[in-house]
Amino acid sequence: MKLLVPVKRVVDYNVKVRVKSDGMGVETAGVKMSMNPFDEIAIEEAVRLKEKGIASEIIAVSMGIAACQETIRTALAMGADRGILVETDVELQPLAVAKMLKALVDKEQPGMVIMGKQAIDDDMNATGQMLAALLGWPQGTFASKLDIADGTATVIREIDGGLETVALTLPAVVTADLRLNEPRYASLPNIMKARKKPIETIKPADLGVDPAPRLTTLKVVEPAKRKAGVKVANVAELVAKLRNEAKVI
Amino acid sequence: MTILDRPTLDFLLYDWLGGEALLTRPAFAEHNRESVASMLDTAARLAETHFLPCFKKSDREEPSQNEHGAHVIPEIRTAIAAYAQAGFAAAPFPAAIGGLGLPNLIHTAATAFFMGANVPVASYSMLTVGNAGLIAHFGTQAQIETFVTPALEGRWTGTMCLSEPQAGSSLADIVTKAIPEGEDGLGVRYRLFGNKMWISGGDHDAADNIVHLVLAKIPGPDGKLIAGSKGISIFIVPKLMPDGSRNDVTLAGLNHKMGFRGTTNCLLNFGERDGAIGWRVGEIGQGLPIMFQMMNEARIGVGLGATMMGYRGFQLALDYARTRPQGRRTGTRDVSSKQIPIIEHADVKRMLLACKSYTEGALALILYCAKLVDESKTADTAQARAEADAVLGLLTPVAKTWPSEYALAANDIAIQVHGGYGYTRDFDVEQLYRDNRLNPIHEGTTGIQGLDLLGRKILRDGGKILAQFATRVAATIKAAKDDFPAEANALQAAMDAIAATVHALASVNDEAEMLANATNFLSAFGHTVLGFIWLDLALCISQGDHGAHFAAGKHAACRYFYSFEMPKIAAWLAPVIACDNLTTRMQDEWF
Ligand SMILES: Cc1cc2nc3c(=O)[nH]c(=O)nc-3n(C[C@H](O)[C@H](O)[C@H](O)COP(=O)(O)OP(=O)(O)OC[C@H]3O[C@@H](n4cnc5c(N)ncnc54)[C@H](O)[C@@H]3O)c2cc1C
Ligand SMILES: Cc1cc2nc3c(=O)[nH]c(=O)nc-3n(C[C@H](O)[C@H](O)[C@H](O)COP(=O)(O)OP(=O)(O)OC[C@H]3O[C@@H](n4cnc5c(N)ncnc54)[C@H](O)[C@@H]3O)c2cc1C
Repeated sequence: MKLLVPVKRVVDYNVKVRVKSDGMGVETAGVKMSMNPFDEIAIEEAVRLKEKGIASEIIAVSMGIAACQETIRTALAMGADRGILVETDVELQPLAVAKMLKALVDKEQPGMVIMGKQAIDDDMNATGQMLAALLGWPQGTFASKLDIADGTATVIREIDGGLETVALTLPAVVTADLRLNEPRYASLPNIMKARKKPIETIKPADLGVDPAPRLTTLKVVEPAKRKAGVKVANVAELVAKLRNEAKVI
Repeated sequence: MTILDRPTLDFLLYDWLGGEALLTRPAFAEHNRESVASMLDTAARLAETHFLPCFKKSDREEPSQNEHGAHVIPEIRTAIAAYAQAGFAAAPFPAAIGGLGLPNLIHTAATAFFMGANVPVASYSMLTVGNAGLIAHFGTQAQIETFVTPALEGRWTGTMCLSEPQAGSSLADIVTKAIPEGEDGLGVRYRLFGNKMWISGGDHDAADNIVHLVLAKIPGPDGKLIAGSKGISIFIVPKLMPDGSRNDVTLAGLNHKMGFRGTTNCLLNFGERDGAIGWRVGEIGQGLPIMFQMMNEARIGVGLGATMMGYRGFQLALDYARTRPQGRRTGTRDVSSKQIPIIEHADVKRMLLACKSYTEGALALILYCAKLVDESKTADTAQARAEADAVLGLLTPVAKTWPSEYALAANDIAIQVHGGYGYTRDFDVEQLYRDNRLNPIHEGTTGIQGLDLLGRKILRDGGKILAQFATRVAATIKAAKDDFPAEANALQAAMDAIAATVHALASVNDEAEMLANATNFLSAFGHTVLGFIWLDLALCISQGDHGAHFAAGKHAACRYFYSFEMPKIAAWLAPVIACDNLTTRMQDEWF
C-alpha cells in the first residue's frame, strides 16, 4: 500500500510570531521555518507502517514556494521515499490544497492519506476533512491510535468527551493528533541519504487546479493582551461582577 | 525560549563566514546548506529533549561512588547514546571510519546547541570525540577498529588523562611511568603505574567502557624517568580490556566540585596491582606534541562551552527582564503609576548589552576559529592553509580564554539582572555561573594561556604571525572607514598599541620580566580581537537584509563594545608597555 503524506512549511513552533507592520499577515522574513509538528507525526506514523511491512512506499507532498523542498527533505530524512513539490507563490488556502491533493491521489492511487490534523500557523483544521469529502473517502480525524488490518483502519479519535473508535474501510484519510506518536528526529546519515531521494516539482496547473484564494484577508492582529485579574472578597461579589460587569450570567 | 537563535547562527555561518562556499569544497561537497540546516534542526531537537531537561538534575544529584565505581543519573547514558546514534559523534570523521566528513565549522555550530543545553552532560560526548579524533589521527588500524568504532557508536566514552596531583600546569613534571611489555595486535604494549588527578569522565556508569588516553614517561636505560616534556609519550589504556576483563585502573575518589557536576571528576590510580595495560600511540617522546595537535580543537571546544553557558544566561536574563515589573522610569513622580518591566531601565539595558556583546561576540569568535580549522585543512593553496593554521594558533589562546572570562562575566550579570531571585537555586543562572567558573581553570589556566600567547605565539617568532593576523584586521579597518570611522580608528589604535607593546617587550632581556604581565597582554589582545570581530560583523550586517530589529541589535552590541569595552585596552597595556616589573620584584614576605 502506498501512503501519501502532505507536509507544510510553517513558522517554527519556537518562534514568537509577530504581525507584519502592514497588518496583512505574520512576519516570515528571517524567521526560522520548520515542518508543521502535526505533519511530523503523520510522517512518523507512515514510517512506522512501512517498518511494520504494512506500507510499501511513502510519498511526501508539499505545496508552496520553492523553499518547501526543505520540508520535503526533512520528511525524506525521516523515512519517506520520494517527494512531490507543487510549486506556487500563491497564498494557499485549505480548499485549494485539498483539491490539489485530490488530483495527486487520483494520479498516485495511495491506499491512505495520513496528514496533520491542522497546521500551527493558521490552525484551520480543514484540509483533511475537505480532502475526504472531495474523494468520497471515509475520514478518521484527530487520531491518537491507528491500526490497519484486513483493509480496515481502526482509528481512536480524540474528541471533546473522551475517545471515540471508528473503523474505516480503506482507502481513507486519517489526520494525526498530538498523541498519535513521538516523531523521530532525522539522523545525520539519514539526512545525507535523503539528499539522493527524488523530489518531483510540478505546478498547480499540472493538476488542473486554480489555487487562487477564495477568502480575503481583511487584517491580522495580535490577540488582545490579557488584563490583570482582580481579587473578589466573596462569592456574592463574584456573582454580582459576572452578572453586572461581565454580563455572562 | 530557543537554545540558540537560528537567524543569528545562520547569519554568522553564511553571511559572515561564507559557509556556502566552504560547502562547495571537494572535501565537503556531499553537504549543502539545506542538509546542514536539517542537521542543525536535529541538534536543536536532541539538545532540547535529551540534554536540557536534566540540566538541573545533573547538578542536584551529584555523581556518587559505590562498590562498582562512579554512579551518575541515568539520563546521561541516554543522552550519550542519542548523541552518537543521531550521528553527531561520527560526523566530523572521514567516511572511511563511518563518518560524514562534516566541516569543523558546521560540527561546531551543531555542538553549540548541546553546549547551550547542558555543557556538563554534553562533555562526555565532547571528550569522546576528541579522544577518538586523536586515535583516528595517530593510531594504528587495529587501534582505530578496537577503540574508535565503539566510541563513535556511543557505547564507550573517552578521557584525556594529563594532570597529576603534583603536575597540573606543569605537565613536564608528570611521574606516571610506562614499562614496556612486548607487542601484540594492538601495538607496543606497556604496564602503567601512576595517579591521574582531575580526570573528567574518568569513571561513570553511563557507557559500557571508558578509553583513557594517558600521558606517561617511559624510563630510560638507567631506569630513571627523562626530565621535562621530551620524556612524555601517550598511551591508550581502557578501563575494560577488549575481552571484557578489568584492567588495572581504579577509581580512587571523586572530586566534589563547585559546578560542572554533571561530569564526573576523578582521581584514577593506574597500576595498583601489576600495572594497567596500555598501548602506545605514535612515537616515544611524542606524547605532548600529539596531545597538542588535538589541543587547538579542544581549546576551541572549551571556549564554545563557556560561550554557550553565557549565551543561555543572557537569554534567561532577557526573558526575566521583560517580565519583571520593578520601579518606574527615572524621573517619574507619579508613584501610583504602574511599575515598568526592568528591561526599560537604562542600567538593565546596559547589563543586557554587555551580555549580548560578550556572548554573541564570543560565538562569532569561536565560529571564526572553527572555520580556520577547515581553512587550514582544505583551503585552495598551501599558502592559504599555512596562513589559516598560523592565525588559528595565534587565536587559540583567545578562543579558549576570552569566552571563559567574558561569557562567565555574562553569567555574573545574568544573576544581577535577576536580582535576589538570581541568587537562588529556583532559577538556572546561579548554576550556569558555577558551571562556567571552571573554564578559566582547565585546559590551561588563563595565566598559562597568557604565557602561550605572548611567549610562544608572538615573541618567539618575532611577531610574524601577529603580522599575518594584522593583515586581516587591516582589511576590516579599511572597509569600515566610511561607515564606522570612529570604530575603525579605535581598532587601528588598539592594533598599534599591541604592536608597540610587542616591540617594547622584544628588547627586554630577562624572560621572566618580559612575560611577567602576559595575562594583561592577553586581556588587551582578547578585547582587540573582539573589537575586530564586532566591527566585521557590523559591516557584514549592513550589507544584507536581515530585518530592522536584527540589524539594529547587532549594531548596538558593536557600539556597546566600542564605547564601553575598547577603552579598557589602553589601561591593560599600560603596565605591559612600561615593562612594569612590580610583579616580578614583589616579595612573598611583603604580602
Ligand atoms: C573540573 C576539572 C576538570 C578537569 N578535567 C581534566 C581532564 O579531564 N584531564 C586532565 O588531564 N586534567 C583535567 N583538569 C586539570 C586541569 O587541566 C588543571 O586543573 C589545570 O591545568 C591547572 O592545574 P592545577 O589545578 O594543578 O593548578 P596549578 O598548576 O597548581 O595552578 C595554580 C595557579 O598557579 C598558576 N600557575 C601555575 N604555573 C604557573 C606558571 N608557570 N606561570 C604562571 N602561573 C602559573 C595558575 O595559572 C593557577 O592560577 C581538570 C580540572 C578541573 C578543575
Ligand atoms: C540572600 C538574600 C538575603 C536577603 N535578605 C533580606 C532581608 O533580610 N530583608 C529584606 O528586606 N530583604 C532581603 N533581601 C532582598 C534584597 O534586598 C533584594 O533582593 C534586593 O533589594 C533586590 O530586589 P529584587 O530581588 O526584588 O530585585 P529587583 O528589584 O527586581 O531587581 C532586578 C534587577 O533590576 C534592577 N533594577 C530594579 N529597579 C531598577 C531601577 N529603578 N533602575 C535601574 N535598575 C533597576 C536591579 O538593579 C536588578 O539588577 C535579601 C535577598 C537575598 C538574595
